[in-house]
Amino acid sequence: MPKRTDIKKILIIGSGPIIISQACEFDYSGAQAVKALKEEGYEVVLINSNPATIMTDPGLADRTYIEPLTPECVIKVIERERPDALLPTLGGQTALNTAIKVAETGVLDKYKVEMLAADIDVIRKAEGREEFRDAMLKIGLKVPKSSIVHTIEDAMAAGDDIGFPVIVRPSFTLGGTGGGVAYNRQELREMCTAGLDLSMTTEIMLERSLLGWKEYELEVMRDKNDNVVIICSIENMDAMGVHTGDSITVAPQQTLSDREYQDMRDAAIAIIREIGVETGGSNVQFAVNPEDGELMVIEMNPRVSRSSALASKATGFPIAKIAAKLAVGYTLDEIKNDITRETYASFEPTIDYCVVKIPRWTFEKFPETEDVLSTAMKSVGETMAIGRTFKEAFQKGMRSLEIGRMGFGFDGNEEMKDLHQDDLELGLTKPNSKRVCYLFEAMRRGMSIERMYDLSRIDPWYLTNLQQIVDKGHEIRELGFSGLDADFLYEVKQYGFSDVQLAHLTGTSEDDIRQLRNDHAIQPVYKLVDTCAAEFESYTPYYYSTYDQENESYPSDRKKIIILGGGPNRIGQGIEFDYCCVHASFALKEIGVESIMVNSNPETVSTDYDTSDRLYFEPLTREDVLSIIEREKPDGVIVQFGGQTPLNLAVKLDQAGVPIVGTPPDAIDRAEDRKRFQQLLQKLSLRQPDNATAHSLEEALAAVGDIGYPVVMRPSYVLGGRDMRIVYNEQGIRDFMGLPSIAGSEHPVLLDQFLKDAIEVDVDAVSDGNRTVIGGIMEHIEEAGIHSGDSACVMPPHTLSPEMIDEITRATRAMAGELGVIGLMNVQYAVKGDDLYILEVNPRASRTVPFVSKAIGVPLAKIATKVMMGISLEELGFTQEISIKHWAVKEAVFPFDRFENVDTLLGPEMKSTGEVMGIDDNLGLALAKAQQAAGQDLPMSGNVFVSVRHGDKDNMVSVATSLAKQGFSLLATRGTADRLAEHGVKCARVNKISQGRPHILDKLKDGQVQWIINTSSGTRTTEDSYSIRRAALDYHIPYTTTITGASSMAQAIATLAKQEITVKTVQEFSAAID
Amino acid sequence: MKALIALEDGTVLTGRSFTGAGEAVGEIVFNTSMSGYQEILTDPSYTGQLVTMTYPLIGNYGINDADMESTAIHPRAFLMREYQAVPSNFRSTGTLADFLKKFNVLGIEGIDTRMLTRIIRNEGAMKAIISTEDLDEASLVRRAGDWPGLVGRDMVARVTAPEPYGWTDDGPAVGVGYPESDGKRFKVIAFDFGVKFNQLRILSEKGCSVQVVPATTTAQEVLALEPDGIFLSNGPGDPAGVDGVVDNICNLLGKKPIFGICLGHQILGLAYGGSTFKLKFGHRGGNQPVKDLQTGRVEITSQNHGFCVNPDSLPDTVEVTHINLNDNSLEGMRHTEFPAFSVQYHPEHAPGPHDAMYLFDRFIDLMKQQG
Repeated sequence: MPKRTDIKKILIIGSGPIIISQACEFDYSGAQAVKALKEEGYEVVLINSNPATIMTDPGLADRTYIEPLTPECVIKVIERERPDALLPTLGGQTALNTAIKVAETGVLDKYKVEMLAADIDVIRKAEGREEFRDAMLKIGLKVPKSSIVHTIEDAMAAGDDIGFPVIVRPSFTLGGTGGGVAYNRQELREMCTAGLDLSMTTEIMLERSLLGWKEYELEVMRDKNDNVVIICSIENMDAMGVHTGDSITVAPQQTLSDREYQDMRDAAIAIIREIGVETGGSNVQFAVNPEDGELMVIEMNPRVSRSSALASKATGFPIAKIAAKLAVGYTLDEIKNDITRETYASFEPTIDYCVVKIPRWTFEKFPETEDVLSTAMKSVGETMAIGRTFKEAFQKGMRSLEIGRMGFGFDGNEEMKDLHQDDLELGLTKPNSKRVCYLFEAMRRGMSIERMYDLSRIDPWYLTNLQQIVDKGHEIRELGFSGLDADFLYEVKQYGFSDVQLAHLTGTSEDDIRQLRNDHAIQPVYKLVDTCAAEFESYTPYYYSTYDQENESYPSDRKKIIILGGGPNRIGQGIEFDYCCVHASFALKEIGVESIMVNSNPETVSTDYDTSDRLYFEPLTREDVLSIIEREKPDGVIVQFGGQTPLNLAVKLDQAGVPIVGTPPDAIDRAEDRKRFQQLLQKLSLRQPDNATAHSLEEALAAVGDIGYPVVMRPSYVLGGRDMRIVYNEQGIRDFMGLPSIAGSEHPVLLDQFLKDAIEVDVDAVSDGNRTVIGGIMEHIEEAGIHSGDSACVMPPHTLSPEMIDEITRATRAMAGELGVIGLMNVQYAVKGDDLYILEVNPRASRTVPFVSKAIGVPLAKIATKVMMGISLEELGFTQEISIKHWAVKEAVFPFDRFENVDTLLGPEMKSTGEVMGIDDNLGLALAKAQQAAGQDLPMSGNVFVSVRHGDKDNMVSVATSLAKQGFSLLATRGTADRLAEHGVKCARVNKISQGRPHILDKLKDGQVQWIINTSSGTRTTEDSYSIRRAALDYHIPYTTTITGASSMAQAIATLAKQEITVKTVQEFSAAID
Repeated sequence: MKALIALEDGTVLTGRSFTGAGEAVGEIVFNTSMSGYQEILTDPSYTGQLVTMTYPLIGNYGINDADMESTAIHPRAFLMREYQAVPSNFRSTGTLADFLKKFNVLGIEGIDTRMLTRIIRNEGAMKAIISTEDLDEASLVRRAGDWPGLVGRDMVARVTAPEPYGWTDDGPAVGVGYPESDGKRFKVIAFDFGVKFNQLRILSEKGCSVQVVPATTTAQEVLALEPDGIFLSNGPGDPAGVDGVVDNICNLLGKKPIFGICLGHQILGLAYGGSTFKLKFGHRGGNQPVKDLQTGRVEITSQNHGFCVNPDSLPDTVEVTHINLNDNSLEGMRHTEFPAFSVQYHPEHAPGPHDAMYLFDRFIDLMKQQG
């Protein structure tokens, strides 16, 4: 049956900002879907608030709305666009939930918009716990004993009935937020209180605990003729009890016999049919009792998911693209398999390698929270590795994580060596982000597989394979460097050992091992990911390395450039950099240069097999990258787009003689190295805050004597402000220098004078070596001292004077010229009064490049790529700054609700996971849209609680006055209330917690506060202050932790009171720029 | 222990035996199933072959008593990238290595199975030899070429049951006559060309009392047993090489409902007057898409065949019912005048997907209609 011709225009809802449990995998699936539908001739309308996505590129969809993913905005888009259909299954849970809310308003019926792929009943049946359970029982499948409750009382009774431990799962939340395992009544009460609040339907399911059971996922696809295929099976190495997003997972499944696997396959097919997903992909999760094979259904997602992105990358089968085509009426047997070109999508991929996914966590960013994994997802990214054996894939995965590990142990990191045996066992029992390290240590100490299984419930098959790595490691150490003859070296490379590990084990250097490999002609070969285990010829050059006999990667004779990607997402390095890498690829295609992508992140667009001419799914280490370079012999390597990961390799690659295109690696060093940077600024007569470099506590204390308190302290060579903090006194300096990550680092510590109340400014520019054009000047809303990644910002600058903007422009051009930048450059400035300070210069792509590109309608990363290929800005026609008539506001999105006990205060260390963009012709509305898109409800009336630190009290007056004028009532504790009263602002008083009840927390819990403005210096100045902020988070009360933030929010509210939000496409905004 | 694998085209690969010393010669083929190695090993259709698994890790879940598709291992050697010596599965009762050793079958690991697969894909299934004893490459290549190959040879004679047996809940029970029928409504004669037990298990579960007979059992002997239906099993090798079978099947056409699978399907094709040919490298795996031309539905099937019925050779009275979506080869056919139908693939799965189980019901329905 051909595609449907009764629909012409299709609306796709994206997934919004990157948050934990919804990352760039939905940009990957959304971008694929948009492309697929356009290919079929449909007009595609897209709404997504995330500017860092490829899917929101103006050239992709026909009409792109970067607007908040609220039902109101989606309805406005529907009213304006009148699409024939809505496709809700490609934007994660956010799109699904938004679509349900929109459907419930009746708008879809009113405008005759058809919901494609899965209608509202299907979504409800799959996602509503009770409906799903009934459906499973109807088709004869087992589900864990459970009970649906809507009140605490029912929850307690049900808990007693089911028995502890009991799993708590709130319905309709993201990534299992608020869920967990309750071991006793008290924990059950706490979890249910939070869970009922988080659930969109005030509903919780309590469920029999299947802790220790094996966990599996199947990716299923169905077409309208009821053909169903399984794309991939995935087995979780971590047993049930750890969220699948936090589990190490392996594809295909490893420990089920065919009989058990086929029973699971039958169940998955029965489920997609019973739930009634008409077309597209679904993900079904199962638990299997390791003792007797009993099969239980855990859940199903009637949409593409993180796992489907993984399955697509693991098999080469593009699930989202096919799902989009199925949604418009094609059947699986009508869609050609891109990779083989001769077979169709109606088959089941079979693979001839092993895939390991390892999550990447950032507990180090949130030291207040316990490093424990449970049923609520905590990881911020993931890496995937492909090998011919599990051992090889696992070791590649470990070094792809970029956490300083070069494989499974044996890399010089011995943090667990002296661990007490009890702590070691606890580390195995209680799932945590370092469990793999505990496992290594247990194996090193000779713990038996049985014992490790008893403690960890990790299947003995995995433990055995890991043990084989450890045993082999010991053998290598015993035989030493001379023992590494050709056969043995080849064998250990097949085990996935990196050169660094071998160097460590034999007391030699990475280069010694490298030389030895070259002497023995032992090099990796590259094999294809082809969906069919080589049964058919394949045409898509998607490679992974292994040590085997035959190589299948045949480099072309074309001019070619390797682009190094960013690896796993983490806080500070995420989708923005992937966006830049993808643009580099697109740009190279446009100028006829072959693009070769290297990356290890399965969530991304960059690792889609049709983004670049060639794709290597490989770890981004020196060894792995050099091997590819030796094979491909590229004309150049791009290191400036993938964030810190490739940048850290730049010097090493340069030293190895690899041609780095664009800004020379020496410029990176000149910008990073304090002394050299200072010389550069002096030469240009530019000013920076007083600063110093210290290698020891003594040096640091001496330096602060000159600079004065407060100072900003940070390690050099990091991204995302890791460990960066503002220090107010000597004790602070001692604490900082004592941090394990600082004390153990070879790099010096940087100290900067802290510019209080300065305005921070971010600039992205592109330079061709002769000419520098500024892409955008962004004025931060939060004051200097808050990490730029966490600050909201406004484009164009809303308070800076024209003279200051000229000065910023001049300084930027001067530095770009002096550094010899060819490509992108980002500068961070602080403006204090009439003075301009240079905080930081980064001769590379920054996090804000996609935001700026969307705001000005010019693809900066693409232009930078072409510039790096020797085309001048003049030739590209980009010689002048673009001045925009609209306002673009970037707001950050934080993961605080995922981490218990974490304060929500912002500081110099970046904590946000993603960002949104508010774009409008009116600044107030742009601010409002940014807030709404970030999930902050803007209160239009009610009580505002104000509690600010001493230094902010004066600045608070004007905000408070404006709020009072708009009819808000103010509520404050004594100090703030007194100050406001002095300035004639009426304000009700409320008790601090220490002043007795009813106190502020009571008011918060009673719903008497609609907005909290709470600023605080340092961390946890008072418990009061922390409790208030945490309560704001837990009760979903809008909160603001800076005065400047409060002021802009007040402006947004004031505008919103006068004017309704309207929606407009980015294409229209661009067209308005002359 | 080092082992060499030599192909008739001169390719030599190096691997390791994990089952001790030995030598094996045969036709080298690959199977793309990611699970189900025990069923594959015990499938008599692999007689005379050396089987390479494209999935690299084999042995993971061990061996158990329930997943036997016959009483023995039939390939002469089993090749993989990395053998998993320590299985983990609640049903496992032993290791793959011990299982192979018990039947004196070579287990080889450490070879680049993908390279081997690509060679077979490009050059076709080839004669090959594996040895841990003769490590002289030239000698091995010569010896591989000297092996007569499968074309035109009767491999069925090697695996068919020497005597009739009945299928019971406990497995085969030697003797003539249908087993005690506990409410089983249909008497089925199953020709054993190298039958997989799961075909018999499913027939039995669906209400058939199954009497298995040797491949060369005559039509008269079969009809004397007054069956309600006749089942033609799978089996090894070249259908054209099988002696003394096709004429018997010809004589059964139109007499009783007939259902054929794999070699049974090819033999039916020959009985209809058609011809068969050898596929370049065959279909072996659990992911082959087959389209039912009557319903338009696609089923994912388990396959294992190197030969195929030529659709152009069939008379007008035979209708093609199923085709393979990968290469459009014939996967199923039906006689329009006689109650006979057959498929090239394996609806009994084991290993593989269960999508095609409806064919057994179709057989039952046919017997109902005729009865």
